[in-house]
Amino acid sequence: MTDNTNTPGTFKASGVDIRGLHKSYGDNEVLRGIDLEVKPGEVVCLIGPSGSGKSTLLRCVNLLEQPNAGTIHVGGFDATDLDVNLDKMRQKVGMVFQQFNLFPHLTVMQNCTVAQTKVLKRPAAKARAVASTNLGRVGLGDFGDRFPDQLSGGQQQRVAIARALSMDPTLMLFDEPTSALDPETVGEVLAIMRSLAKAGMTMLVVTHEMSFAKEVADRVIFMDGGVVVEQGPAKDVIGNPQQPRTQDFLKRVLDPTHVEIAE
Amino acid sequence: MAMTTRQRARLSKLIQIVVFFGVILAVVLQVDWKVLSEQFFAFDKLGPIFPDLLTIGLKNTVYYTAISFAFGLTLGLLLALMKMATFAPYRWFATGFIEFFRGIPAILVLITFGYGVPTAFPGTSWPQPVIVMVSLGLVSAAYIAETLRAGLQAVPKGQIEAARSLGMPAWRAMVTIVIPQAFKIVLPPLTNEIILLTKDSSLAFILGATAAQYEMTKFGRDGIASLGAGITPLIVAGALYLVITIPLSLIARKFESRSARTKR
Ligand SMILES: Nc1ncnc2c1ncn2[C@@H]1O[C@H](COP(=O)(O)OP(=O)(O)OP(=O)(O)O)[C@@H](O)[C@H]1O
Ligand SMILES: [Mg+2]
Repeated sequence: MTDNTNTPGTFKASGVDIRGLHKSYGDNEVLRGIDLEVKPGEVVCLIGPSGSGKSTLLRCVNLLEQPNAGTIHVGGFDATDLDVNLDKMRQKVGMVFQQFNLFPHLTVMQNCTVAQTKVLKRPAAKARAVASTNLGRVGLGDFGDRFPDQLSGGQQQRVAIARALSMDPTLMLFDEPTSALDPETVGEVLAIMRSLAKAGMTMLVVTHEMSFAKEVADRVIFMDGGVVVEQGPAKDVIGNPQQPRTQDFLKRVLDPTHVEIAE
Repeated sequence: MAMTTRQRARLSKLIQIVVFFGVILAVVLQVDWKVLSEQFFAFDKLGPIFPDLLTIGLKNTVYYTAISFAFGLTLGLLLALMKMATFAPYRWFATGFIEFFRGIPAILVLITFGYGVPTAFPGTSWPQPVIVMVSLGLVSAAYIAETLRAGLQAVPKGQIEAARSLGMPAWRAMVTIVIPQAFKIVLPPLTNEIILLTKDSSLAFILGATAAQYEMTKFGRDGIASLGAGITPLIVAGALYLVITIPLSLIARKFESRSARTKR
């Protein structure tokens, strides 16, 4: 194991600092001035109703979406600076998608090595060693030769996490990583994320899993209508929300059978 | 009249059999077999056409097709990328090119190059194979461009986002992630394009050519005039086209079923 490879329990960390972020699609202003900070090593969960702009915010962090105004600092990078090398920045930011987005024409092992060899220019043997370590970490050490379509949804998402980890990111972004999963495989993915959090990974997680947020998050942020409505320690925001919109949202999420249909 | 489902099925099958074989029988009885065999199947008189039909004609058909396809594929890829470019004039040019060459008959392109180029630029004369390959290449590029663009765009956007998120530059994501997946999607339509080109190479017969430049259809047409075997030479040439195209279409079908299986 060499020095620049993450080993369980030791992650290099970088934070995120977002100021005054605005994002519109045409006339639809999706983000209306977001200020958000994630400190190195911190785990922040982002909750909020559908369409509130959570995915858009997350995608702005590694510039998959181009913000209209505001600044984003990730690690040492000023992401909104037009002269910044975005490819260099993205190498340090792992992203896990709701739909996994594994490369279907590559094996599990190749999924985890392709960016290491092509982008980081690691020798193949070293890339495979790093990938094996991370596949082992997500409990799929024996699955390297399979293709993604030979895996369950939960296994695919674990590969996606291993793929991101293989780049030695200092920050991980998760966009509803368990929303596309069968209920019985949600737990295995959450378990991996829990262990990452415990190992000190800096994480920004969009999720509807309130019990996970309550247990793992250092801080919970509730978003609605493109603004941050309420934030604080998980036990406060989820256990004892102060804002009516937060209370309303949590009531619906925690007890979905008692939704009142508005006129 | 009440019938059970089984009786109705039997009756329906019976009617289909009677109609099918009835029509065939009627045609067979109407045909003048003696004249037909003299005009269509006078294989015994074909001696002089061999082996040139194979060693020159078949060879040239395959050769013209292969070069046209290579040219069309290269130009088609360029046009497909232009059509997806952010710089609008590239898109306009690609769209204009594609609509133009898809909209006019290939034979007009051939004639234009065959007679137009020497007229427009006195003193220049392209050899017949070059005219054939350039013309068919231009026409097939238009079709191939649309096929490739559709294939590239059929790869889900999430694939590019995942690749970019891993730090891959746009060109790397294209080369390593998108194109290999698009390739599987476009193999069947590209194989069909080769089949179409194989047949279109027969249009070369309208251009003047030296004996060494003849392809199969030209041999067939000359044979009609010289051999006294009716259109038998064309029948044989047609059979040789099938020898090329049927295996290709079997390959295309195999690609189709394979990519259907690997897709979730
Ligand atoms: N590419 C796009 N083009 C136009 N509008 C978009 C685009 N992406 C998102 N939107 C709009 O932006 C708004 C916020 O979308 P976003 O996906 O960020 O919400 P979300 O909070 O992640 O919701 P969900 O919980 O359903 O995932 C929505 O109204 C959506 O329709
Ligand atoms: Mg979302």
